[in-house]
Amino acid sequence: MTEMVIPSGGTPWLTLVLVIPLLGVAGILLAQESLSRQVALGVSTLCFLVSLPLWFLFDNGNGGMQFVEKHQWIESPSIHYALGVDGISMPLVLLTTLLTPLCILVSWTAIEQRRKEFMISLLVMETATIGVFAALDFVLFYVFWETMLIPMYLLIGVWGGPNRVYAAVKFFLYTLAGSILLLVAILVLYFEGGRTFDILTLTQAHYSPNLQSLVFWAFFAAFAVKVPMFPFHTWLPDAHVEAPTAGSVILASVLLKLGTYGFLRFSLPMLPDASVAFGPIIMALSVIAIIYGAYMALAQADLKKLIAYSSVSHMGFVTLGLFALNAQGIEGAMLQMINHGITTGALFMCVGIIYERTHSRQIVDNGGLAKAMPQFATFFVIFSLSSVGLPGMNSFVGEFLVLVGAFEWSKLTATLASLGIILAAAYILYMVQRIVYGPAASAMLPKLFDLNPREFGMLLPLVFFVFWIGLYPNPLLDVMHGSVNRVLASQSEIVTVDRGQQTDKPTRLVADGAVNSQPLTGKVQ
Amino acid sequence: MFDLLVILIPLFPLLAVLVNGLAGHRYSHELAGRIAFGSVGLSFLCTLGVFGSVLGNPEPREVVAYSWIFGGNLSIDLAFLIDPLTTIMLLVVTGVGFLIHVYSIGYMHGEEGFTRFFTYMNLFMVSMLLLVMGNNYVVLFIGWEGVGLCSYLLIGYYYDKISAGKAATKAFVVNRIGDAGFLVAIFLIFSHFGTLDYTSVMAKASTLSTGMATAITLCLLVGAFGKSAQLPLYTWLPDAMEGPTPVSALIHAATMVTAGVYMVVRNHALFDMAPVSLATVGIIGGVTALFAATIGLVQNDIKRVLAYSTVSQLGYMFLACGVGGYIAAIFHLVTHAFFKALLFLSAGSVIHALGGEQDIRKMGGLHDKIPTTYWVFLIGTLAIAGIPPLAGFWSKDEILAHAFVNGQYHLYLFAAVGAFLTSFYMFRLTYLTFYGSSRVDPHVAHHIHESPPVMTVPLMILAGLAVLGGFLGVPPEHGWFHGFLHDVATPVGAEHHEVSVGLTLGLMTVAIGIALGGWYLAHYMYSIRPATANEMAEKSPQVYTTLLNKYYVDEAYDKLFVEPCKKLGLLWDWFDRHILDRFVVGVGHGTDISAAAITWTEKHVLYAGLNVIGYGHHLAAWAWRKLQSGQVHHYAAVIIIGLAILIHLAVVWYAGGSSTGLPTR
Repeated sequence: MTEMVIPSGGTPWLTLVLVIPLLGVAGILLAQESLSRQVALGVSTLCFLVSLPLWFLFDNGNGGMQFVEKHQWIESPSIHYALGVDGISMPLVLLTTLLTPLCILVSWTAIEQRRKEFMISLLVMETATIGVFAALDFVLFYVFWETMLIPMYLLIGVWGGPNRVYAAVKFFLYTLAGSILLLVAILVLYFEGGRTFDILTLTQAHYSPNLQSLVFWAFFAAFAVKVPMFPFHTWLPDAHVEAPTAGSVILASVLLKLGTYGFLRFSLPMLPDASVAFGPIIMALSVIAIIYGAYMALAQADLKKLIAYSSVSHMGFVTLGLFALNAQGIEGAMLQMINHGITTGALFMCVGIIYERTHSRQIVDNGGLAKAMPQFATFFVIFSLSSVGLPGMNSFVGEFLVLVGAFEWSKLTATLASLGIILAAAYILYMVQRIVYGPAASAMLPKLFDLNPREFGMLLPLVFFVFWIGLYPNPLLDVMHGSVNRVLASQSEIVTVDRGQQTDKPTRLVADGAVNSQPLTGKVQ
Repeated sequence: MFDLLVILIPLFPLLAVLVNGLAGHRYSHELAGRIAFGSVGLSFLCTLGVFGSVLGNPEPREVVAYSWIFGGNLSIDLAFLIDPLTTIMLLVVTGVGFLIHVYSIGYMHGEEGFTRFFTYMNLFMVSMLLLVMGNNYVVLFIGWEGVGLCSYLLIGYYYDKISAGKAATKAFVVNRIGDAGFLVAIFLIFSHFGTLDYTSVMAKASTLSTGMATAITLCLLVGAFGKSAQLPLYTWLPDAMEGPTPVSALIHAATMVTAGVYMVVRNHALFDMAPVSLATVGIIGGVTALFAATIGLVQNDIKRVLAYSTVSQLGYMFLACGVGGYIAAIFHLVTHAFFKALLFLSAGSVIHALGGEQDIRKMGGLHDKIPTTYWVFLIGTLAIAGIPPLAGFWSKDEILAHAFVNGQYHLYLFAAVGAFLTSFYMFRLTYLTFYGSSRVDPHVAHHIHESPPVMTVPLMILAGLAVLGGFLGVPPEHGWFHGFLHDVATPVGAEHHEVSVGLTLGLMTVAIGIALGGWYLAHYMYSIRPATANEMAEKSPQVYTTLLNKYYVDEAYDKLFVEPCKKLGLLWDWFDRHILDRFVVGVGHGTDISAAAITWTEKHVLYAGLNVIGYGHHLAAWAWRKLQSGQVHHYAAVIIIGLAILIHLAVVWYAGGSSTGLPTR
């Protein structure tokens, strides 16, 4: 296995991005309680700025890992502190660094107790999440993966609603169950893939179909819970309802992506045979999630539950795109991961804004906001329409690509999934109709004041991304092409027979200067 | 220069949206209004320039703005196609759109949401322009959904009215049903042709199998029927009248609702390959034309009569497509835009004069109080009723003639009866509004005033177009209009029926007879013997109430679709909470019991050494229970037991290498 070190001016950008939030934690510990949120905001903003070079210095022509750092951590077994990002993980890292400062703004006044600890939890969360996306060593990955659970558990369990303990424990156990299986799978891969934890080496290695299927389902248990895929989603509504706003935003925007990221980073390229063989099951579950989640959303009276179920539906599009196993599907899925992070995160922020005023998340309590809060209503409608997948806004591009990809995989599947867009219009606009239109409840009126500058400022950047990705998604797609081609290259060996359009992928892989010490042809036995 | 003009057409209203939308609250309504109608005026001027260029060179030309989506082998540009069909649509959209914008300055004067209104109207213009200008299906789809959005926003313009919110949601959701069909059509086209550009698709259209062509076009039709309010997806349009009247004129009469017709004509090469789809278009169009007209007979809201009339007239356009009369369809689209915009705007002028009153039972005798409005409304009525030589006569007659000459006598019959009803209900509306004794509320009566020039001048221009517009297509089948559109809208491979002058004149005579017949009946019922209508309603109350209640279609849809859909949501919600969520818990209970059973077995059967393990299990379970509140401990039990089983399986698998069922390749 050759090293793939992409020169990045020698600056360890990824380590900086990882470490800055931890320095912030130290800073908060030293600072006065009253200054903790300012420190947290400053640090997370700095972290966002430091993460920007990942975007600007990124080489789109290279589908491999960039900004790679590798240092020995434990000699035997050989475990490294290895970091790197490619077109799949880099946008997700940026999504995380973008949303963390926004989450701190969201919690500015909402969190009154144990503010210090709250900010620390958010920053630890940021480091852990970025670590998951950037780790190139399985042990390191697993450490971050597990670390992430703790702050999230605390966010729900300490600062949550009345039923927070139940929700927190449910969240913890659900994801822990998956995590343990993930650990088993990692160990199996370690022994089978050449006694290494190096993710790239393990990706190049080839495994027998039987082993693949075993590992596939172990991965599935870990990732499907995180996505969450039907029927493993029942923790999500509880967690969202009980979590504080910032918790919901992080959960929806970043945490759910870990599942789909796992599928894309590990299941698809490492287990190509199993991905094809079990693809139909995942596709079926995705379609069920799309339609089921939408129906569930239609029936909810609690805003957070409604958006939680809409997440199940939207994430169904992501898994649908991934397992369509073609370029449109996967790129659409990746775009949809970002889109969901922006749009659903923003919607949760909006719910938080409503809740801070009326102290109710029930739709019936919050009618007629357009009259009392026109600015808020504008933002709320924009994000709602983005969630509906209106062309010109971000989600459309992702959903469209996913559906084109899925249609190539199976016409029926994609057609059924298209029904999801009708239902999306129904549940979102039904919600908007009840929240925005009509006269406001008189009891609530005195509490309904429009956005303050802080709230305006935290929603505005997300509006920018909604329209940028909607109107000009190519810069983001360009980042993804190379890495997606690589994922497909591992697939193309076994899918070329019936999918003619992908026959050129292996040659492209070579043209990219792909690093593979083993001939690809050895993959299928 | 040409490329720049083309790009400027949608760009001007877009800039107005941005300026008014972001900064509109900082300056006066007057300035916001000027920016709004000025931008549309500039678009219209650019359109005239493009039109001039197309007159000289009618070859289709493409203008690429930028590369929009590029993923896999899918590449979509934001690009425009300029050909005679697009040009005609552009002229209608920007021309009529400009007049309606000017009128709205007066109509919306003093409204609190004045700037918001114009921002939405301009956004609508942008979307509609993208819809008609796009060179591929995805740009069409942006416009398609965009106009739906603006329709949604503008129907819900009076947002503190609950009915407005409901109507807006209904319009969007019903449209979405159509849009889903349209999306599937796009996917089918892409998977079959590997491209989404019209030019490439049309060039390869003849390679389609009949089955594939039928599938694609039927899916397209679902979209068209949603957007253009045809059976069975028409129910949103009458409710859409909740929006301000200029909105009804622009969006729900002249432009957006005709998008379905435009789309069918744009894709006629595909439709020509699919006889089943063509037959469907014709039948749905014909039935809708007649069906909506019957509802229009008894409605009492001036705007709702016009709304059903729009549904009916759109039916005529689809009927024309169904019999291969694409040019006739577009011709009727154009004349309809003139006279229906005129009718809606003059109805708006009536409503304006009466301080918001829309019920024709509370009107009457207005012809001398608001004479300008009366005259232009009358011209609109004459035009839509098909009285020669006004515009509606020529275009409607051409559709009827097309159906007759093609031997589609059933469609001809639908259309002819529909035309009779149209003439009747439009004159009924005119008589009830402008003639007879005044039934106006006395409080309102002394406020009645003619609208200001900013409203009446656009009305007069539209009236002029409604009178003269028909001459674009005279003589029938051989007018300027037909020549201009010949290359882009002539059916592929259809034999041309040369129609004798005698037959043409004969059909015209019949059409005139039908129109005059409807007029006379209305004259008799609402002027000569005004009691007739009530007597008829009393004589057959079932028919009357059925029509008045619009055949109870809304109620049926509620019962059949909306309610079950909501109930299904609730059912699944119950399933989610009580079955799915509790399933895990149930498994937990099961493991608890089995753990207890095992413990018991171990204790009493295996005794000694092994029962230490049993206690261990028990102890662990007990510890968990103490640790957790509620029933969460069950999850833990499941996880631990399940994990034990899985690890066990993994060990067995490692040792024995047994098959896990994955098919070996």
